[in-house]
Amino acid sequence: MKVAVVRYPGSNCDQDAFHALTDDLGVKADYVWHEGTSLAGFDAVFVPGGFSYGDYLRCGAMAARAPIMEEVARFAKEGRPVLGACNGFQILCEAGLLPGALMQNIEQRFICDTVELQPVNRRSFWTAGVTRNIRLPIAHGEGRYVCDPDTLKRLQDDDRIAFRYAGHINGSTDDIAGVLNEQGNVLGLMPHPERATRAILGNTDGILVLQALCRELAAVEAR
Amino acid sequence: MPTVRVVVTLKPSLLDSAGRTVAQALQKMGYTEVEDVRIGKVIELTVADESRVAEMCDKLLANPVIEDYAIEQVTVAR
Repeated sequence: MKVAVVRYPGSNCDQDAFHALTDDLGVKADYVWHEGTSLAGFDAVFVPGGFSYGDYLRCGAMAARAPIMEEVARFAKEGRPVLGACNGFQILCEAGLLPGALMQNIEQRFICDTVELQPVNRRSFWTAGVTRNIRLPIAHGEGRYVCDPDTLKRLQDDDRIAFRYAGHINGSTDDIAGVLNEQGNVLGLMPHPERATRAILGNTDGILVLQALCRELAAVEAR
Repeated sequence: MPTVRVVVTLKPSLLDSAGRTVAQALQKMGYTEVEDVRIGKVIELTVADESRVAEMCDKLLANPVIEDYAIEQVTVAR
């Protein structure tokens, strides 16, 4: 079982993700360049944060059209675990794998902080291990989640809001910090679970989210 | 070669936080007639053939979730 950490020009959380996965969670991981066209040998995808393509045009816009994204879309469709954090969330939205979009924070400030998150969905494998409010780092200028009212109602009715901020952080619609796709196997979130996976970082709550990968992949192996 | 101008604007229903800040700055400068500011993007493309510009807008230049676009002709091919 192995996790693909996709690298785009401008990714800067790729190494954090790699080390969180390999050192702190004990799962295998490897980098995959965005121009790659195959995810053969991988079982899950981590789309890391950063400033892919310099955030030009829109955050995640160009990265979402990179060659590797066809494979990421295939993984998403096949029900395999796909996680996008921060810029990764923006990329998954731009790629149409998650609904909505991320816009500039309501106060136009880049926010670098640790915030409290409330798990909303309790049924997806991504959130099943998060049984209490958690605290995770955020670092974004464009994290205001927006979607049209119909989409919001669908997200609420279908239990696809993964996490809400426990407070008004960046102006997100319904204080949404993370959403799931229809099948529940694709999670996008603005906070950084990969930055909170060992005691020396002062916070290990990220483990509660990332552990989902271990459980899900173990289940896949058992099948 | 024709140049085509694409004007990308935020959907009216969305809050333009940068536009709001600019509006407040203008008001503080004494331009009290300003009620709202919306900031968009202008993208100029020089293309050998303009027939697929709308497709380019749909696929990359604009995000239909949050933006509208309009295509304007700037110069015509000779």
